[in-house]
Parts: sequence; structure tokens; C-alpha cells
Amino acid sequence: MWARALRVRFRTPLDRGRGFASKAGPQEKVQETGQGTHSPRLALQGADRVPAAKIEHLERLALVNFGSREAVARLEKAIAFADQLHAVDTDGVEPLESVLEDRCLYLRSDNVAEGNCTEELLRNSHHVVEEYFVAPPGNISLPDMVNKTPSPTAE
Amino acid sequence: MAASVLRLIYPGRRWALAWIDGGSRQRSGTQTGPASNWARGQSSVAQLSLHTAQKPRKGEHKWAAVVGLEIHVQISSNSKLFSGAQVCFAAPPNSLVSFFDASLPGTLPVLNRRCVEAAVMTGLALNCHINKKSSFDRKHYFYADLPAGYQITQQRLPIAANGHLTYSVYMGKKRSQMATKTVRIKQIQLEQDSGKSLHDDLRSQTLIDLNRAGVGLLEVVLEPDLCCGEEAAIAVRELQMILQALGTSQANMAEGQLRVDANISVHHPGEPLGVRTEVKNLNSLRFLAKAIDYEIQRQITELESGGEILNETRSFDYKLGCTVPMRDKEGKQDYRFMPEPNLPPLVLYDATSLPADADSQQVVNIDELRDMLPELPSTTRERLVEQYGILPEHSFTLLNEVGLLEFFQSVIKETRAEPKKVTNWVLNTLLYYLKQQNLAVSESPVTPAALAELLDLLDSKAISSSAAKQVFEELWKGDGKTAAQIVSEQQLELMQDREALEQLCQATMDSHPQVVMDVRNRNPKAINKLIGLVRRASLSRADPTLIKEILEKKLSL
Repeated sequence: MWARALRVRFRTPLDRGRGFASKAGPQEKVQETGQGTHSPRLALQGADRVPAAKIEHLERLALVNFGSREAVARLEKAIAFADQLHAVDTDGVEPLESVLEDRCLYLRSDNVAEGNCTEELLRNSHHVVEEYFVAPPGNISLPDMVNKTPSPTAE
Repeated sequence: MAASVLRLIYPGRRWALAWIDGGSRQRSGTQTGPASNWARGQSSVAQLSLHTAQKPRKGEHKWAAVVGLEIHVQISSNSKLFSGAQVCFAAPPNSLVSFFDASLPGTLPVLNRRCVEAAVMTGLALNCHINKKSSFDRKHYFYADLPAGYQITQQRLPIAANGHLTYSVYMGKKRSQMATKTVRIKQIQLEQDSGKSLHDDLRSQTLIDLNRAGVGLLEVVLEPDLCCGEEAAIAVRELQMILQALGTSQANMAEGQLRVDANISVHHPGEPLGVRTEVKNLNSLRFLAKAIDYEIQRQITELESGGEILNETRSFDYKLGCTVPMRDKEGKQDYRFMPEPNLPPLVLYDATSLPADADSQQVVNIDELRDMLPELPSTTRERLVEQYGILPEHSFTLLNEVGLLEFFQSVIKETRAEPKKVTNWVLNTLLYYLKQQNLAVSESPVTPAALAELLDLLDSKAISSSAAKQVFEELWKGDGKTAAQIVSEQQLELMQDREALEQLCQATMDSHPQVVMDVRNRNPKAINKLIGLVRRASLSRADPTLIKEILEKKLSL
């Protein structure tokens, strides 16, 4: 991850030196951000607006309520920010999966050493029944879905 | 892909397997006698299709079904895959949860060596290639019983791949027709189990128990080489026995230690495969077979009436005996797979690659594990056939029923009776009684020692075989009496006194002159009637061959 992040930072000025037009592919348009950072800003075609149906679907899957136009705009900004990664040319580069890649994976012997902390764990939950965490009804089968829209919870 | 043509279309080729439902601990349904419900279920399917087979419409194509399975197996270990919390079924809610299992910030996964070994052993037993380097990935989805929002699994580079599982089916009514079949295994991957959700529809809330969250699973992915529910059930049963022999999983379906998802499609042979549906969470062999056969039939009916099959997830409603659409899957679910950054690749060694200075606690040696593999079910069966001269199908039954093989071997050890006699008593009498009362072998009121004693009495001709049945029935009542005590109390021993028997024969002949006349007139059935009369007079304590001998002598035949 580090290596890739560095590439993004260092490549951009080089590219700029060579000129955008030659490098930018058909869908990617690297622009100056004007925000005082060196990271490129990428505008993917059609990715700047998230359709209402998609928002609804995400809300249902994640049991979150975006709540306002403002929150949706924030989501769109976040997507656009992440989409910048597409600007990086990774052809022929073996992905780095972990900075620990060359380390041995430590193996633990099969002993019970943890658990028995129900009370502590449940203290994190603001809604508890007996020793259970309580969650709003999630992905329930289709026929039941009609009357039940998940209540807004986590933001 | 060699998918054989759907069996439902050939009602004549019913698969008659001496099948005894694997989960004898499951007390579902009413089972009477050794013929299982399942066999009956199959015959009703066969009858159904008889109807269509008798009047084939012109130009009608045959359908072939293609079935692939994904099997989740809970690894038998003390602690979880990545945490030191205990693994135990039915513990108080959230008592077996570490901070990592609850996905608290700052916690990291630490791999359990036992789970790696279990995966390697299972891979070896299923003829897989073991990858010396495998890696972990995150599979993301939102579900309340998955607190991290992702499951750690092995999507790109699993621990084992390209194996096969061999299983046997009996075809036709003649047991001699035995077919060995193979299903390819695509891969075996290590992954975490999720927690459990209890849905409280009344209050519209879900209760979450994370005890199961993070328990080590083996996901065994089979290639779509199966063609019907029964075949799938037999393959899964074989896998279950292999896992139990290895000890890598208890594989008890009733406790969710073995769960099956089935991918099913139908097509015309020679044409591209049809759209498939996935039936999730099948947790008994009977339901597995039923669900698959139902789904195959549903797809055929749907397609023949001009409908189309949607690529959807369905669940099996065991009360209605049908599959229903399950989860909202509009649009393809994107699991956003990514490498697990907190776990470096898992490296395994063999004798050649083992570094000299390796810490033995940190090394999993494939060759060492291969040498430690126990005897697998297929080998056990071969050994039984060879060692005791029993029929192959009997060896299947002995292994199919939990604990039956151990029972059988204990009896063999303690009795002088021949293995064939023991097989007969264990498979027919004992199993019949067990099935009638829905008991597991371990719950049998007749112990192996008691049966061995009974068979000794029978073997030494101290009692007749019908008396032995009587003794067995007494033993079954379980009042703590030994076979010998029952024999002497009920005077069941065979009459050893030839003189007394001769007198009895004479008395019977005297009181039944008509039968004696018939015998003298060469009526072939008459002698048997006379033998029967003497036996009854002896209260079944006389040996029929001896009676026959005496009678023949007396009648000078």
C-alpha cells in the first residue's frame, strides 16, 4: 500500500512534466485540484452522482440512513476521492498485499486464552436483551420486507 | 462436464442404497425399520416421474441437471481460527467472544495452528494439491452477526485445490450393481464462521450471539459433477465420514458443523448450461436431497411452461418441502474482496523445503501430516470385506451408522461366532430394534458383550436361533439379566437329551396319526408339519435337524 501511495505522489509531477494530453486515457481526465495538494483529482464520467435507487439499496444493505442531501454529497465526494486510484498506472506491477509480506505468519497453539467477558463487551452496545446484542432486523426474506423498512441507526 | 441424464426420467433405475440416515442422533420423523424415509421419499419421486415417462411427447428433449455444492465444515478445535476464545456448541450467549471476535478496534488476528493442520489433513484426504503458499482475503458484506463487516477467507490462493472425492452408489434392486463415482473438488479454503442471529419478528429486532463468530471453517467447493439430490447426499455423507475419521470436524449437521449450499441448474444435454439458482443452508442429508430434487423439478417445470430461471438465492422450507426465494439480491452482490493486510501469506513446508533451523512450533509439515493420516472410510470398508468376508454393502452400512462399526468389532472380539453371523445379528436384529425406537447405537440397551454372549450360546448350539431372538428381546428390555440367566429362567436351552426328544417325537406321532399317514403317503409337506408339531411340543427348544433325523428314523423313511 505504501509503495502505491508513493507512486501516486511522485508520478503526478512527472506526468505533468510530460503533459497531460499524452498520458490521459479516454475516460480519465487528470486535472489540477487547486486545493494545495499534489494528488491528482480525477473526474470519472457519470460517477459524480449516485442515483437515488443505489442510495436506497446501500442504505438497506448497510442499515444506515444517509438522511440528507448533504450526506449523499459527502458520499459522492468520498467516491470521487477514492476513484483517483484509477489514475495510477499499475500495469506489470505485482500488487503489494501487506507490508508484512516477507514475514512468517505466526502460528498460535490451540489453547483457550480469551473470552468470558460478556459483560464488558455488552457495555459497548446501547441496546441489549439478556446476554444478546440487539440489532435492527437486517437482510430478511423478501415476503417480510414489505412492511419493514429498517429503522435508522448508525450514521 | 459429464452430467449424466437426470435420473428422475428413468423410473426403472431406482437407486436402492442401503442407506441409513446419517444423523441417527436426529430424532426427526418417524422411522420404522431399516428402510429409511429417504428411500421412500425417492420412490415417490420415481412414481411422479413415471407419469411423465410413460407418455413422452414428440420432440421432447431430456433434461439434465447439474449440481455443485459448497460445503462449510466447522473445524474441531479448542479455540477459534484467529482468537483464543473457546469453541463450544450451545454455550451461554456471547460468553465465548474475544475482543477480536467482537471486532473491537486495535485487535489483530493470530492464526490457530490446529486449524491449518486440519485444513491440510482434509486436503490430503481429499486428494488435493496442497498450496505451500496460501493467502487470506477479506470478503465484505453487511450483516449484524458479522461485526467486522468482512469475513477473513481464502479467495485467491486457497490452502488446497484440485482434489476429488470418491463415493459409491448401489443401483437397481440387485445389490451387486455398485457404481463408484467421483466428484472433483475445486478448492478448500480456511475461513471464519459468522455469529448467529435470532430474529424477533414481533418486536422487529435481531438478537446477536457472537459465540460462533470467528470459529474456523473449511469451505469445500465441489465442481458441478453431481446430477441429483440423492447423489449429492451420498457424496456429502462420504465427506462427513472422512472428516469424522480424520477428526478434523465432528461434522454433525444437526449442530450446524456441516452446512451445505447447492448450486443447481438444468439444461438439455449438448446445450450450454442453464441459469443456476443457489439453495442455501441445507442442514440435514434428507433435506439436502429433497431440496435439490425439488429445485430440479421446479426449474424443469418452469422452463417447460415457457418461464425463465432467475439467478437467485433460495432457501428450503422443510415444512412445505419446497424452495422459496430468500435474500434480496437485486444487482450482483459486490463482496469487495481485498487482501487481508494483517496476515502475511501462510507458508507450509514439506520434507524437502523444511529449513534446518525452523522452530517446530511455527512449522506445518505436509509430509508429516500425510504420515499421520488415519485409516479413511474407503480403506476401512475394504479391510472389513477382506478381514471378515462380509459383503461390500454391509461394510457401507456398518460405517454409515454412527458407532455401529465399534459395536460390531467389540462383538467380534468377544464371541466365537463367525463374523457372518455377527454381521447378520448386528445389521438385521440390532439395527432393526434401534431404528424402531429411533435410538443411536450408543443408546442400545443390549451391550456388545451381551450380544457376544448370546451369539456364543447360539454358536455352541445351546439354544436355537428362534430362542436366541427371544433372548435378544429380553435383553433389549434391559433388566440387567445376562443371556445365560434368561435362557435358564425361561428354559430356552435346546433339548440335549436325545432320549427325551425321541419320546416327544413318539408322543407327537401318536397324537397325530393323520399327519403320519400323510408322511407315509409321501406328501412332501407333511414331514415339515410334523417337525413343527414336535418343536411346538418342545416349546421351541428342540433342534429341527435333530427332530427330522429322529422322525425319519422312526418312520423309517
